[in-house]
Amino acid sequence: MNDGAEHIVKSYEHELAKLRDLVTQMGGLVESQVALATDAVVNGDGAAATRAVEQDPAVDAIEREAEQFVIRLLALRQPVASDLRQIVATLKITGDLERIGDYAANVAKRSIVLNQFALPFTLSGLGHMSRLVQENLKLVIDAIDLRSPEKAVQVWRADQAVDDLYNALFRELITYMMEDPRNITPCTHLLFVAKNMERIGDHATNIAEVTYYAITGEVLPEGRPKGDNSAYAIVRPKEQ
Amino acid sequence: MSITMSEQTINAPASQARATQNEPRLAIKNLDFYYGANQALKSISLDLPDCKVTGMIGPSGCGKSTLLRVLNRMYDLYPGQRAEGEVLMDGYNILDKGTDINALRARIGMVFQKPTPFPMSIADNIRFGVKLHERLSKADMDQRVEWALTKAALWDEVKDRLNTSAIGLSGGQQQRLCIARTIATRPEVILLDEPTSALDPISTLKVEELIDELKRDFTIAIITHNMQQAARCADQVAFFYLGEMVEVGTATQIFTAPRQKRTQDYVTGRFG
Repeated sequence: MNDGAEHIVKSYEHELAKLRDLVTQMGGLVESQVALATDAVVNGDGAAATRAVEQDPAVDAIEREAEQFVIRLLALRQPVASDLRQIVATLKITGDLERIGDYAANVAKRSIVLNQFALPFTLSGLGHMSRLVQENLKLVIDAIDLRSPEKAVQVWRADQAVDDLYNALFRELITYMMEDPRNITPCTHLLFVAKNMERIGDHATNIAEVTYYAITGEVLPEGRPKGDNSAYAIVRPKEQ
Repeated sequence: MSITMSEQTINAPASQARATQNEPRLAIKNLDFYYGANQALKSISLDLPDCKVTGMIGPSGCGKSTLLRVLNRMYDLYPGQRAEGEVLMDGYNILDKGTDINALRARIGMVFQKPTPFPMSIADNIRFGVKLHERLSKADMDQRVEWALTKAALWDEVKDRLNTSAIGLSGGQQQRLCIARTIATRPEVILLDEPTSALDPISTLKVEELIDELKRDFTIAIITHNMQQAARCADQVAFFYLGEMVEVGTATQIFTAPRQKRTQDYVTGRFG
């Protein structure tokens, strides 16, 4: 993440470039995985679900490759300053991306079950939340590619909206379950889908924090706006 | 103004005499240095904190060694070289004309890149410097020799051959002997000019471990071309370039998030 001169040792420069390529490649794959999974749930696209699940091994493979590569760079190059920050950030970013891929695959798998139910309500809330999450994911991958601390901060700030939508969705789904017990199975799956999307947003925020540090050498302040309050949500059974 | 050294000061362990002080051991203020018409140091200001290791890094010719040579007035040996500004030790400017150079060098010791043992026995190498500054009984002198060699982590290796020639020691042992010789006069500051550049990795680690031990009692300045060594040994690191001090900070800051681009380019190996 050094904007200045190139390394005197060219092979080191090439290795750092390769590391950046791995992250970009992995980011692209994960981004498409999340898009496919969203499509699978919101539009009931079974083929998209299958593709999202099938991409997972490729994402995992890149993560392993990046990890091996980082260990090699640490051992052989003894990186410092901006190089050290970039290399350590890569290790954390690929870890976060791998988790995002897992969540996307999980969403896709649940969509296959959900397709077997005729839902008496729309999934517009979930669609909205998924779009926001995808925007944040795209923005954070741009922040890495373009080495833009501004974009990273933008992602870091934007997660609050996702959390608010998640909380609303949580209450909405519980209401459907109370209305009709036949909704319990699909709504439980949808709760997990929503939770997975919310977690994807959190990982995008982690990536934003790490990216900001890698570029600037400064740590974003503690106390990012966080808002998953569903753990405290109470929906009382109807009193007799 | 001259530095006067009473018998008492020189015999008191340095760390005790200043245990309560938080002032820097040496304070360099607006120091300029000239080799004839050529200015080698430009307005350097740097504190050497007490009982801490200050690492100095920078490309060859950036002025690091010149700075160390100023700190114990080594440049006095050469005509045409002059320093302007202040180097304060206990409030005295050691650059003043009246400074007692011999007493100063007993307080600020120096170890060089290549081991420079005298062609005499191991024990005599240690005694030599002590005799210049102190008159000790044989028993006290023997004690001092053992103390210095123990401090320099060499005692166990040489205690059975103290009267054999120092030239027979390995390079790493010779360098530790030079460090022992330096600390035998009980200085307050030790200047190390690339002390491990001629040593193998294991001897290097022994010297680094020694530096870690010594900083309990001494203030240390070390020049090194080995980034990892600066990172391992130093509490604060100063980066020099073309006679200027570009940046000083904790080792952690310099090697994870340097503030200046020139520092960043140098430590990451991007210097053009």
